[in-house]
Formats: sequence, C-alpha cells, structure tokens
Amino acid sequence: MKRYVIIGNGVAAAGCIEGIRSVEHESEITVISAEEHPVYCRPLISYYLEKKTDLQRINYRSPAFYADNGVKVIYGKSVTKINADTRQVTLNTGETLPYDALCNATGSAPFVPPMKGLEKVKKQFTFMTLDDTLALEQAVTPESRVLIIGAGLIGLKCAEGLHKRVAEITVCDLAPRVLSSILDDTCAAMMQKHLEANGIQFCLGTSASEFTGNKAKMQDGRTIDFDVLVLAVGVRPNTALIQEAGGKVNRGILVDAKCSTSLPDVYAAGDCTEYHDVSSGTDKIMALMPNAYIQGHASGVNMAGGSESFDCAIPMNSIGFFGLHCHTAGSQPEGCQMLEEADEEHIKRLFVKDDRLTGFMLIGHTHRTGIYTALVRNQTPLSTVDFERLKIEPQIAALGKEHRSRVLKGVI
Amino acid sequence: MKRIFVKEEWCLGCHLCEYNCAFANSGLTDMVKALKDKKIYPRVRVETDEDGITYAVSCRHCTNPLCVKSCIAGALSIQDGVIQIDHNKCVGCLTCVLVCPHGAVVEDEKGIAQKCELCMKNSCGAPACVAGCPNGAIVYEERE
Repeated sequence: MKRYVIIGNGVAAAGCIEGIRSVEHESEITVISAEEHPVYCRPLISYYLEKKTDLQRINYRSPAFYADNGVKVIYGKSVTKINADTRQVTLNTGETLPYDALCNATGSAPFVPPMKGLEKVKKQFTFMTLDDTLALEQAVTPESRVLIIGAGLIGLKCAEGLHKRVAEITVCDLAPRVLSSILDDTCAAMMQKHLEANGIQFCLGTSASEFTGNKAKMQDGRTIDFDVLVLAVGVRPNTALIQEAGGKVNRGILVDAKCSTSLPDVYAAGDCTEYHDVSSGTDKIMALMPNAYIQGHASGVNMAGGSESFDCAIPMNSIGFFGLHCHTAGSQPEGCQMLEEADEEHIKRLFVKDDRLTGFMLIGHTHRTGIYTALVRNQTPLSTVDFERLKIEPQIAALGKEHRSRVLKGVI
Repeated sequence: MKRIFVKEEWCLGCHLCEYNCAFANSGLTDMVKALKDKKIYPRVRVETDEDGITYAVSCRHCTNPLCVKSCIAGALSIQDGVIQIDHNKCVGCLTCVLVCPHGAVVEDEKGIAQKCELCMKNSCGAPACVAGCPNGAIVYEERE
C-alpha cells in the first residue's frame, strides 16, 4: 500500500488520480485543494459568464468522482512545505501528511505588475478561478464599463464572457497586437477586427501607468474611465514548494517525459511545469489544459509503479471568439518557410522546416485540423506524405495507404 | 468491443453512409424531412485517395484517445470502450477537433463538437452507416 498525495485539485490532479487508478485501486489518494470546489473546467469560467455553462456542468467529473476513486480531498487548506527527506508535506494548519509518492499540481497564479494607484481601485479582479468569476459576476451591471488589462487568451475570453452583461469593454495590452503569445501580426489583426466588430474596444501598445479612482492613465497619455477592472496580464507557475524543497526549477518546475521532478518520488504536472516542446526542440512552459491532463495521467501511472511518458508535447490552442475560431499548434523556428492561403475571413499559415510541419496558424479553418496537429506532434517527414493535398485540406488520404490501413482496419 | 472497420475494396464512393449517419442522428423519423435541401453534418466522411479509391472515415474509438484527454469541458468520456460526447457539457471550443489525428471529430450545425458514437445514443442502436452500406464496405465487428 502506497500513500499518494496530490497538491492541487485541477485537471492535472484529476489526470493523476485516473493515472494511479489505471494501475491500482488499493492505496489511498489524498488531494489537497486550496479552492473549495471539486475539480472544475478552469477554461470554462468565461463560458460561465456567457451562460454557455453553469455551476453544475462546469464540473470536470461527476459528483461521485472522488468516492469512486478512493480519494480523500482536503478542501480549503494549502501546502506550505514539502520535506523531500522525510517525505511529508506540511499544511497551513501545521498538520503534516506523509507520502510515498507526491504530485505537485499547483498550477499558476495571476501575475499583477506594480501599477501606481492600483491598490485604491475598488472593483478589481483577476480571472483565473471560479471564485474570481463569481466575484466578477457580482460586480458587473449592464451599465458597467470594464477595462481589461491584457489582450491574451485570458483577457479576451473574459471580454467575450462579459460582453452581453456590461455596457462597454476596453482591452489594453503592452503588446501591439492581440493574442501575442500565439498569433503573428496578420492573424492577430484579423482576430482583432472580428472582436472589434463585436463591440470590444482596444488600446494596444500601451498599458496603464497610473490609476486615479476609476480612471486609468495610459503610458501613451490617453485616459480610460472604467467601473470594473480585470487584471489579465499573465500568469506565473506556482513553483515555490518544489524550489524550497531543493528541486530544480527554471521558470517552471523542470520535469522530464515521465513528469518526474529532480526530487525522489516527486512528480509535477500542469501549468506549474516547464517541459520539452518537440516542435521547437526547447523546454518551455506550455500552460494548456490538454497537456495538464496528459502530464497528470503520466505522473499518476509512474507514481503507482507503471510506466507512461509524455514525450510529444507541443503548444497548441483552439480558441474562438464570437464564432470565429483560431487553431494554432507548434512553433515557427528560425528559417522556417511559411505557406499561406488567405482571404477576408480565413487565414491558413503552415510553417515548414527540414521536411517537417513545425506549426500552423489557422483562422476560420477548423475542419479536421487534428490531422495537421498530428504531423507537428509526430514530426512526420513531409516527403512521406502527399503534402500538396494536405495543404489544400487535412485528409487521411494524403497520409498513405499503409497509415490508412493501420488506422481504418485495426484497433488503435 | 465492436468497432467500425473499412473494406475499401468494396466502397463504391456513393456517400450513402454520410446520409444514413445524418438521418440517424437527426432525431427525425422522416428521411425526406431530415435531409432534403439541407446541408448535412455527418459523423462519417467518404474520402478519395490519389488513385480514386474511396473509403469511409469515422471515429476509431482509440484505446488511448487524445480527444478525451484534451477535452476542456469534461464532455468527452469512454463508456464501455465507446468514446461519447455529452452535448450538454460541450461548449464548442473545438479542442477535440484540433487534437484528433484522424479528423474524426467535427463541428456540428450548432457549433459544438460531434463524432461517431456508433449510433448507441440514437434509435438505431447499431451503426446506421454499416446497416445502410449497399456493398458491405463498412463493417461493425470485434477485431484484435
């Protein structure tokens, strides 16, 4: 019998539980959940504001999930210390819990840069948790003017979620374009135009330098009046516990394909980690829910004595606003060639280097895009497929008879 | 469990499987009302290769499904080996479309994800594409 402890109760933790249970059903699993909610779909908080989900449906798993998996959840407490020598964690209440295998699934936290006068803004919110969302929901009225600092994934999804509930939304960002972490200038301009057509206003290339009551003074001299402020500048991985325990941490907790940290029997999964991106060949933070689940699952299998690796991670995003979807994956390494097809409402940009599809940006094209993603993930030599056909449309037909036969005639 | 497999040497490329699929999942009892003059959103698609060989592609019900692991809404799950989608939970983010290596999950007419569920949730109870294939080019059986 092993004692499993999971710090955190997000999707990586759920993956870890399911990973452990895919190997064994005997030992007890303890989850320490700072948030007072069972695991929920964090990216769905904007859909909650949009009323496309609710407090029941936003749950990631069924109400019986923990009981069915023999999991004890400690709600409302946090871990303050991991002692890797004595193999125990200390909670904020002072109590200690021993472990034989530990998963650090602590996620990330909003990063709020210092801004003059910010502390005096009464209605200010971050947008990471369900509790943030419920508080924001209470604060807005149909007359509210909302200022969102940050035109990334979180800020823009927040804007979409709020747009029918408030009078006015302005999004500002220091970057000169929206979604700067996943889109280039051309693609970002198309998404921005679409967001603007749906009533979202932008103030890009500048950020708030000072707040005076409900007035934001921008670095470029403009002022913006608002009633509610949302801070969505960025997130930082929660690495402190592992770092203080002596584990290797760069920007995120360093993990290998098995999701092992440098500490014995300590694993880490999800947004708190930094790991290998096969599309760029570099280690990076890829705070994505699919990867969090896959890492969590691999951690769980390995904690329970099985063997599972996540050795084909890539950054990828499926994100849509007001009906316009954008699919991106992989990277654009230096010297890659860009193949483009575009019209007023669509963009397809495929990035190719050394006979590989290294990444893509697609706007308004979502049909069967996973076929492209698989090419990036598997680093398939393009000389082995009919890339001319694939450029036109993702299709199994272009992947060759052998592939087709394996996929369509057997169990995979 | 039983899955759908393709016998491409028998496929005529008639696309009847697509129509039978769309009808089976329409919830209607009248095929004309379900399909006539409508854009159909089938969960099976006939492809044609460079030699003109046709075959139907539908969800493979993978044993290690990326779509299920990637679903940000907890809407995709494996029930007795069948990968099912809870349309009540799906928010239409299309992450499953972005990760399915077979292009077997697609957007439906309402903007949310749809995929082959082996007709387990409609009145057919077994794949309508297989039942309606005039030449036995799609089969529903157990394989290793």
